[in-house]
Amino acid sequence: MPDQTTIADIKPSSQAKAPDIVPFKSSLARHDLKLVRQTTATLQINLGFLCNQTCRHCHLNAGPGRKENMDAQTLKAVVAYAQRCRFATIDITGGAPELNPLLPDLIQQIAPLTSRIMLRSNLSALHQNFDPLMGVLKSHRVVIVASFPSLNLSQMDAQRGEGIFEESIAVLTALNALGYGCDGTGLELNLVSNPTGAFMPSGQEQIEKRYHQILKQKWGLTFNRLYNFANAPLGRFKQWLIQTGNFENYINKLVASFNPCAIEGLMCRSQVSVSWDGYLYDCDFNLARGLFMCGKKIHVSEMSGPPEPGTPIITADHCYTCAAGSGFT
Amino acid sequence: METYYKPEDLPRFEEIGQEAPELARKFFEYYNAVFADGELSEREKSLIALAVAHAVQCPYCIDAYTRACLEKGSNLAEMTEAVHVVTAIRGGASLVHGVQMRNIADKLSM
Repeated sequence: MPDQTTIADIKPSSQAKAPDIVPFKSSLARHDLKLVRQTTATLQINLGFLCNQTCRHCHLNAGPGRKENMDAQTLKAVVAYAQRCRFATIDITGGAPELNPLLPDLIQQIAPLTSRIMLRSNLSALHQNFDPLMGVLKSHRVVIVASFPSLNLSQMDAQRGEGIFEESIAVLTALNALGYGCDGTGLELNLVSNPTGAFMPSGQEQIEKRYHQILKQKWGLTFNRLYNFANAPLGRFKQWLIQTGNFENYINKLVASFNPCAIEGLMCRSQVSVSWDGYLYDCDFNLARGLFMCGKKIHVSEMSGPPEPGTPIITADHCYTCAAGSGFT
Repeated sequence: METYYKPEDLPRFEEIGQEAPELARKFFEYYNAVFADGELSEREKSLIALAVAHAVQCPYCIDAYTRACLEKGSNLAEMTEAVHVVTAIRGGASLVHGVQMRNIADKLSM
């Protein structure tokens, strides 16, 4: 049966039954593992929770009604931190970062401080700001990491909203026309696919091959890499899981998919995530849960350098998302 | 309501090995090898399995391979077509026996 629940129907539920699962820390201990930081190479900047879409899988509850957006003062502190640390990669995310008017300034200021800037885009927000943004993105060779969860219109629109599939195809076409995702241009276009429901993602290699084949064959589109991630049971996705009676099975599936070999390569080990208000987290999922890095509220302006290697990473049950299967990078 | 088919029994499949572990080991080794990527992709094999699950009307298999098809990147339209393929074969298998019926009827009739 198709799910008839609309996004507006989904509200936080106080009746969420917390499944009786093995705590993440215990799963680590069972394999003699500890989750600690290594050298921090990536600064992830979350520009805010404002988004033009209201995706069902969003772990941050981002949407058009959210007011949390990075201001100029915080942005200045973030840029100063990037200057102090010289991260190899700066990863800009949201919400929809394109909706923060400070985005072009941020890119211009951090471009001399790093060798790689990534912008996570839902494509439709980029569509709305295409002409003013593309000049800046292209001139600084910003890597575009675009959400494209499914090759099927019904699946994608069910997750991200009506009309998003066709709009995404139109934006990818425009990006290809500018050289993004095309051989020899140096303009990188990567896609992110994630399950459109309460199930696990498929193997990265097979799904990437299929995306290349279908996007080329049906729409003449090209891209560089595809990343395939599981959805974290947080925010709106958690609410959807509860409302549809999928929560317990989904959590159990994540726990059963725990892969000790994935721990070493987890993204939280080599990145620090700064929220729209300037506070630091080990990752965007901990940001969604309000779990501060080192368990305390540290503002980016207080940091003299990157977090020390060996510092323990704050964990919770949602960490099973990244430790499932081949991991999350 | 009490039922012969219980969803919680599906993950207990391996218990079938308790009385005949060697046979179970051989079966599951073969089973896993069959579904690995080969000349056919894992996604294509899952679609075939889903179709066959409907032909043999196994609720466990329908549950497992609906999930597997989604996880391997198939969509509901593809999965529905797969079920139609097996339905066509099942229906066709009945209908083609009508030729036997006609042969016998021809022989018996004036």
